[in-house]
Amino acid sequence: MDNSKILESYARVAGEDVMEHLKQLAAHLRGLKVVHVNSTREGGGVAEILRKLIPLKRALGLDTHWEVITGGQEFYQCTKSFHNALQGDRVMVSDTLLQAYEDTNAANAERLKPVLQDADVVFIHDPQPAPLIHFFPKRKGSWLWRCHIATNRPYRPIWKYLRNWVTRYDASIFSLPEFAQPLPHPQYLVPPSIDPLSDKNIALPAKEVAAVFEQFKLDPVKPLILQVSRFDRFKDPLGVVEAYRLAKNMVPLQLVLAGGGASDDPEGEIVLNEVRLAAKDDPDIHILLLPPDAHRTINALQRAADLVLQKSTREGFGLTVTEAMWKGKPVIGGDTGGIRLQVVNHHTGFLVSTPEGAALRIRYLLHHRDKLAKMGRTAKAFVKEYFLITRHLKEYLALTIILRMGGPDRIEVGM
Amino acid sequence: MDTGTGEQHPFLVRVCSLVALATGVRVQNLKEFREGLVRAPQSSIYHHFWGRLLMRQFDEPEYNNDFAAWASHGLHEKGLAERLSAINPTEFTDLEELRQELVEVVEMRLDETEMVPWAKADQQFQFIRSQIVVLDTGREICRPEDLTRVVPKMSNESIFYHFIDARRRTPDRVDDFSGWLIWMGEEYKETIERLKAIDPYFSSLKELREIISQLFNEFFGNRET
Repeated sequence: MDNSKILESYARVAGEDVMEHLKQLAAHLRGLKVVHVNSTREGGGVAEILRKLIPLKRALGLDTHWEVITGGQEFYQCTKSFHNALQGDRVMVSDTLLQAYEDTNAANAERLKPVLQDADVVFIHDPQPAPLIHFFPKRKGSWLWRCHIATNRPYRPIWKYLRNWVTRYDASIFSLPEFAQPLPHPQYLVPPSIDPLSDKNIALPAKEVAAVFEQFKLDPVKPLILQVSRFDRFKDPLGVVEAYRLAKNMVPLQLVLAGGGASDDPEGEIVLNEVRLAAKDDPDIHILLLPPDAHRTINALQRAADLVLQKSTREGFGLTVTEAMWKGKPVIGGDTGGIRLQVVNHHTGFLVSTPEGAALRIRYLLHHRDKLAKMGRTAKAFVKEYFLITRHLKEYLALTIILRMGGPDRIEVGM
Repeated sequence: MDTGTGEQHPFLVRVCSLVALATGVRVQNLKEFREGLVRAPQSSIYHHFWGRLLMRQFDEPEYNNDFAAWASHGLHEKGLAERLSAINPTEFTDLEELRQELVEVVEMRLDETEMVPWAKADQQFQFIRSQIVVLDTGREICRPEDLTRVVPKMSNESIFYHFIDARRRTPDRVDDFSGWLIWMGEEYKETIERLKAIDPYFSSLKELREIISQLFNEFFGNRET
């Protein structure tokens, strides 16, 4: 797609004024070489964001590059452990794995030298490429470490190790204030976002939405409630089944729990089996194990649902909440983490702490269809304003200007 | 604005972006909150009163600042929340004075209560600060009646800059529209009074844009008839 078409498509969804603002910010960054580095081009939330962010930045006239570091099995084993540890798991990482991590970064630094040495701004995403900075003592530009992981309760020994690399950056970026860690440099707060034009979120033809009823043998008449999430205890799928049961005593209902299939996560298998057991042979509970690339199917299910649940007991940001709200669905969410930023009681959905609370809100919304529709509209407008990729980019551009100009609290540009 | 040469300055339309930063100050009870208010940088006091209006702010806020919202939802201290919400930040000459008032109100509550109110561990108050980038859009208004055409097209960020941020940044603590119209003649006095009467803390920026546009439409529309 050419640049003007990219900008036009986002303007249609996010608004002309939003795109105008992005152009004004970008105009002050022309000529700068900006590089993003992460560890994969396919799969995962970071690659998903970069796949859209990079073309959008280029369309705005910014000289933007996307580099990916590569490594062997030991490297990925190490970084997967880092990921889990930053989310709070007590994980031990052997010296051999740490050595593989550092060696891999050294090799990638050598390969990426021509791109990174002279770059004006470098965004390093997540822990995988964090040590790269060590190999550029004479770097020209500002380097930022962008952490996409919920680090509110990191496993301290691992964070202590990673901190050694992170402290060398000029600034870091966390998604929520709760995730920020004591560091000797500015810590920016930029929440995640969704791309309204991705397969997961783009508007779908009514026929494609209707097709999920047949595909998954759902009742086209009975109200449909949905939770999209991994089979993870913190997502509380058992609580969702209980809430469904309590609500079903009063209203006809069907439940879809859509998540990933069997993986190398033994805990996920256990939870999935528990959910199956709890569902018994209820024909109105549908447990769907979808492949990781089933974005349009998830999109269609979210659009087909009457309302969406995300009854987590612990949550990072909760992008599934954002996705559902973007589709005009009120969300009944656990009163935790980033869900609180998105679900505003009685306006975009309800925050709940128990299956009983969730059941009550399910019944309330299905009874007050007008309120359900109004809350759905409010939810969509809220996401449009604050949680689209255009807002994400606006904050990246603004903080790039701030870093380039030395960082006072108020910067007036071009006046 | 009057340049002193008989010439009048156009109204320059600007736009701003706010970026939030963690301050590292987190508190969980009322005593810590008092300490946090004393320690937090000035830009954090700014953020929790003004910056929040441009950040992720729901359209129908219950309180006019984040401190009051936390007192209510985190500490379940409704009375304190009401007192904190009654603070009008534009009445203070600077952020230090505003900070002192916040500390006073919290101390008053600490004196009244025998138990220190606590929030749950996952409902701590995080002091945030923000940095602001202001840009010139290149658009300007030369005649007051052009406000009816330009204001409805202003972005949320422009409305924030000219109508809210201006109250902190200008010597007279007024919005930029009033600050400009005052130089354009006596005939705008009533409009300025009406602009001043708009409470900016309980409307979204979108709603504020509509209210201000309607005010200009009524004034300039009536003049034409």
